[in-house]
Amino acid sequence: MTSAIVVSGLHKSYGSTHALDGLDLDVATGEVHGFLGPNGAGKSTTIRVLLGLLKGDEGDVSLLGGDPWRDAATLHRRLAYVPGDVNLWPNLTGGEVIDLLGRLRGGLDPKKRDDLLRRFDLDPTKKGRTYSKGNRQKVALVAALASDVELLILDEPTSGLDPLMEEVFRQCIEDERQRDRTVLLSSHILSKVEALCDRISIIRKGKVVETGTLADLRHLTRTSIQAELAASPNGLAQLPGVHALDVQGNRVRCEVDTAQLDAVMRQLSASGIRSLVAQPPTLEELFLRHYEDDTIASEPEVAVR
Amino acid sequence: MKDFAGTKTLVRLALRRDRVLIPLWIVVFAGMAASSAQASIELYPDVQSRVEAAETANSSPALVSLYGRIWDPTSLGELSLFKLTSFGALLVGLLAAMLVVRHTRTEEETGRLELLSAGVIGRYAAVTAALLVSGLTVVLVGLLTALSLIGVGLPAAGSLAFGLTWISGGLAFAGIAAVIAQLTEGARTANGLVAIVLGISYVLRALGDSAADGSTQWASWLTPIGWAQQIRPFASDRFAVALLPLALLAVLVFAAFALLRRRDVGAGLVRPRPGPAVAAAWLRSPLALAWRLQRGALYGWTFAFLLLGFLVGNIASNVDGFVSSESAKEMIQKLGGVQEITDAFLSTEMGVMGLLASAFGIQAALRLRSEETALRAEPLLATGITRTSWLASHVVMALSGTGILILAGGLGSGISSGAELGNMGRQVPPMLAAAAVQLPAIWIVTALVVLLFGLAPKLVTGAWVLFGFFLLIGQFGPLFDPPDAVMDISPYAHTPRLPGSDFSATPVIWLTATAAVLLLTGATTFRRRDIG
Repeated sequence: MTSAIVVSGLHKSYGSTHALDGLDLDVATGEVHGFLGPNGAGKSTTIRVLLGLLKGDEGDVSLLGGDPWRDAATLHRRLAYVPGDVNLWPNLTGGEVIDLLGRLRGGLDPKKRDDLLRRFDLDPTKKGRTYSKGNRQKVALVAALASDVELLILDEPTSGLDPLMEEVFRQCIEDERQRDRTVLLSSHILSKVEALCDRISIIRKGKVVETGTLADLRHLTRTSIQAELAASPNGLAQLPGVHALDVQGNRVRCEVDTAQLDAVMRQLSASGIRSLVAQPPTLEELFLRHYEDDTIASEPEVAVR
Repeated sequence: MKDFAGTKTLVRLALRRDRVLIPLWIVVFAGMAASSAQASIELYPDVQSRVEAAETANSSPALVSLYGRIWDPTSLGELSLFKLTSFGALLVGLLAAMLVVRHTRTEEETGRLELLSAGVIGRYAAVTAALLVSGLTVVLVGLLTALSLIGVGLPAAGSLAFGLTWISGGLAFAGIAAVIAQLTEGARTANGLVAIVLGISYVLRALGDSAADGSTQWASWLTPIGWAQQIRPFASDRFAVALLPLALLAVLVFAAFALLRRRDVGAGLVRPRPGPAVAAAWLRSPLALAWRLQRGALYGWTFAFLLLGFLVGNIASNVDGFVSSESAKEMIQKLGGVQEITDAFLSTEMGVMGLLASAFGIQAALRLRSEETALRAEPLLATGITRTSWLASHVVMALSGTGILILAGGLGSGISSGAELGNMGRQVPPMLAAAAVQLPAIWIVTALVVLLFGLAPKLVTGAWVLFGFFLLIGQFGPLFDPPDAVMDISPYAHTPRLPGSDFSATPVIWLTATAAVLLLTGATTFRRRDIG
């Protein structure tokens, strides 16, 4: 299998801030790759280097077989990009922006454009300054998805979308996967991308710390459970995979490794479940737990920079 | 009163944000007046030398239309400061208006005001706070200027009247900006409209001053700039005239409040209409986009330049009617006759148009940076266009735009003076040539923006500072008799003075080559730097 994006040992500093600190990333052709990390981890910086907008200080970057810094314009005809912060020209309409970006990229499919406008429920006649954040994002998404390109680079594309539109977006990405397009999808929320992605890379402080399929990364996902029971719970503490257990009378809070979820639910329902909230922890929480354990166990806290 | 709640907080916020800017401007203005007065006092030690200088100035249509008349030729104060009376009022007006727009419409457009409005902030608080901050700045500028003039030895009453002249211009335009800021959704448009009103005011003032006795002198009384000048500091010190701008300010503040009551936060008075759902077929290149983004401004500026040209040509064709007294006619003969004076007037005015066109060039080229910082360049540069072609798009708009403007000015003045004198063929081509020779210097200033954009993008607005410096040494440099090397820093110093003197290709070629080098350096460094 060939790779659409190969990054190795990428460094990038702004003054004394090391935004990227030896980043490695490998995105195979035809896969949907999740690029995950908390805010400020270096996701957008990496993407800007991939687009040739920034020049890396050190390391090798290859995009669609070319050098994104040297061959920027040629490579850009084969990809589409949706920035995290979409700003539009105040007096151009959404439709005009979609067409302009499409044409500058080398053309877009008018049928697909109309179809996407309908699916995203976007009015293309409104002026840029009158769109809300979510609608500006839709403009950029329609422009990108209506282009006939090999690679989509999407930087937090759903951050302004409502749940209904997130669902539309998911379907669109599913369609792209069917067409064997490569997609790099950045996000700081694991649950938003885990169902979409073939593989995931997790970035923290300018380095990719985990990469693999979701199954490979199962050990990272825990579900946080809040339950109110009919009787006080028993035996929970003895179960493997239960963390941060907090029992107050009939109320239980805990974090459960996904692999142990079934056993824990049985145990809970044995006491009679009155109410239950289960949610995936945020990446930040995951990092805190996962890596704090690591650093405490293996090495004394060393200043990262 | 609840409509004004939070005004104090917003005033503090504005002062905090502008804590460097406002004191800096106050010192610059007061220093400009004081140093100019100091130099003139040394230059004209006795009454006779003053009268002579004042009469020379009054018989030059170029000086009178640019700065206004000297009402009392014996007055040292007036001779030292007539160049800064209405021109200074214009600059203070610009400062006051920009401050108001900056703290009202800009805040609203960026959404920051909305964030604040969710707190305890009354409906009128933002406008009131902006007016207070702007008014405070203007009053301090006026007071400090008056004090510094008294300090260098000018009469106290005249100095205070002079300070009041600037305050008048400033307060009136603060009010005008407060109303304009209610009309448009974009701060850029609001600033543009303010500049247009300022320009019209100044031109009407020039029309009033340049009028042959009795004809269009009423034009001096139409605008705040005219009123400010009619205080006539150091001549008759008519303090009461300042009531006119004050009354205007009061009316405008109420108008602004009334407009505010009728609109939503973030909205203008004109509701934006839906536009085309599909882009026009020609909107398919960076240049087409730059044209689409900048054409509105270019249309407006071109119209203004045509008008200005017409006005200049009209004044030029009436130079002999301009002076009526015998002594002034003698003066004209001494200065080389009517033709000579007309040419001097036209070449001076062409130079002024060159400066104005440069302002357009700087603004158009600065679009590069504002597109970059607004993150609108990024998605464009992620498409199949090269950095160079994106950069070139706005540079082409700036360079060709300034060309269109200056030629429109030349054409307008050629046509109107040709029509008056009944000979188009003899007036139009020389005026077009006089316009065209301004271009290399304009392009150098525009190219400086591009150079900074490539080399030091964070300092790109420094181009305005350089432009202001060139302007100052051009207008006021001679007062201080600096070495030639200093005067020669300004590209405008090398522009051939057409019509009237011989054309020399050498400076034009050198200026153009310099502009080209600056542009290429800017483009090359831009290709190598990070975006953002």
